[in-house]
Amino acid sequence: MVVTGPYSSGKTEFIGAISEIDVVRTDTKVSSEAEARVKSETTVAMDFGRITVDDDLVLYLFGTPGQKRFDFMWEILAEGMLGFIVMVDSTKPETFREANDILGTFRAFAPTPFVVAANKQDLPDAWSIEDLKIALRIDEETKLLPCIASDKESVKNVLLELLYSILEEMEKAN
Amino acid sequence: MPLQGNLRDFSTTQLLNLINLAGKTGTLMIFEGIKSNERDGIGNIKQLAGGEKARVSFNKGKLIAAQLGAQDGNLVAVLNKAGKLTDDQARIIRERAKNTNDKALALLLINANYVSQRDIVASVQQHTLDVVYNLLTWPDGPFRFEDNILPGTDRIVVPIDLENVIIEGARRIREIEQLTSHLPNLDMALKFPENPKEKFKGIHLSVEEWRVVSFVNPRNTIRQIAKANNMSEIEIRRIVYGLEQAGLVEIIAPPGASAAVSSGRTGGSTGALPATQTRAPNVEKGVVDRIINRLRNMQ
Repeated sequence: MVVTGPYSSGKTEFIGAISEIDVVRTDTKVSSEAEARVKSETTVAMDFGRITVDDDLVLYLFGTPGQKRFDFMWEILAEGMLGFIVMVDSTKPETFREANDILGTFRAFAPTPFVVAANKQDLPDAWSIEDLKIALRIDEETKLLPCIASDKESVKNVLLELLYSILEEMEKAN
Repeated sequence: MPLQGNLRDFSTTQLLNLINLAGKTGTLMIFEGIKSNERDGIGNIKQLAGGEKARVSFNKGKLIAAQLGAQDGNLVAVLNKAGKLTDDQARIIRERAKNTNDKALALLLINANYVSQRDIVASVQQHTLDVVYNLLTWPDGPFRFEDNILPGTDRIVVPIDLENVIIEGARRIREIEQLTSHLPNLDMALKFPENPKEKFKGIHLSVEEWRVVSFVNPRNTIRQIAKANNMSEIEIRRIVYGLEQAGLVEIIAPPGASAAVSSGRTGGSTGALPATQTRAPNVEKGVVDRIINRLRNMQ
């Protein structure tokens, strides 16, 4: 599964909350002053987390780099994915346009099921789910889920909702 | 939860659309942006909310009132602006009805046959629309939407469907973009063409057009002409465009200035998502079931 979204939307934290191993982070010091103000380290190639399902099945979670200059990685990560999660920081309307663009790009790469996770819903200045749905132009069929990337239960819920969507697609296909 | 942000990231048109679709009730406040030392999530300088510049109220997704911060928005001013009261009438009413609220004043004016109820409704509606059309062109400014805050019950409110406002707003923004791309640099000057007398023969100009024409001189920049006539950038652009298209003026660089023009404004609206059909990934259903069970049982 791929976790994508704008810079600093909470992708690494999301994977870290559920992964059974310490997330393999390829974080590096950020190079631009603007990015440095948002966070001091960023994901360069990709984040990588793992959930062992049973003896012969492992679920891998890949986090895409947030910055535009690494978007060549997106197509590579999109290959063969089960589905994807687009993380949106609900407190930063300045990133909504980019989140929308990323969603469009991933849908074009691979038409697999996806959900949108509205992160930081616990913060007082977070936009509500109803408002985000309109702001991000998300249609009725798309799941926009409240999320707190630091909370394991919340992350579990987002992953399960994505898996239910994948099952629905499979049932439709049969 | 508050709905807050900056118009540069989420435009007034997008906000109106959201309020309309969500059927919201409350008041949108737009503030003067004060530059801070911080940057936002995409590296732009963060603007803090300064003084209130505009306040627009909505009831169940309908526009009901709008007010610019510095503008006198009481009923007398609105009727005066709409030409329903003369300046003298407005002055006298202001003096005599100092402590009378808008609704009570409206009744007095109707009973005294100054205006009709229809005049009042039309004038208030036009005032509200003028304010909203104005702020549709604001490129930035912090905003906050407060749920369930509405104008006082003494104010006259006229519900207006937002769909038409959004369509008209989009049309006006397009017009502004066209005018700006035609005349990107207001530091250019105007001059009359050869034989101006011939060109002006039989032409009927509005008062505003004559005011601009009276300042045509290669030494006056268009920006200076706008300032002298107390016109906004869009008003002067519209008039200069009309005069130029009619062949009445020519746009030239003022003496000693570079004729280079700056590029037009770049717009920014979120594009609608491509209608890509999702499809099931190439795995067996049993695999997905196993992952679901594992996640469900995860502590």
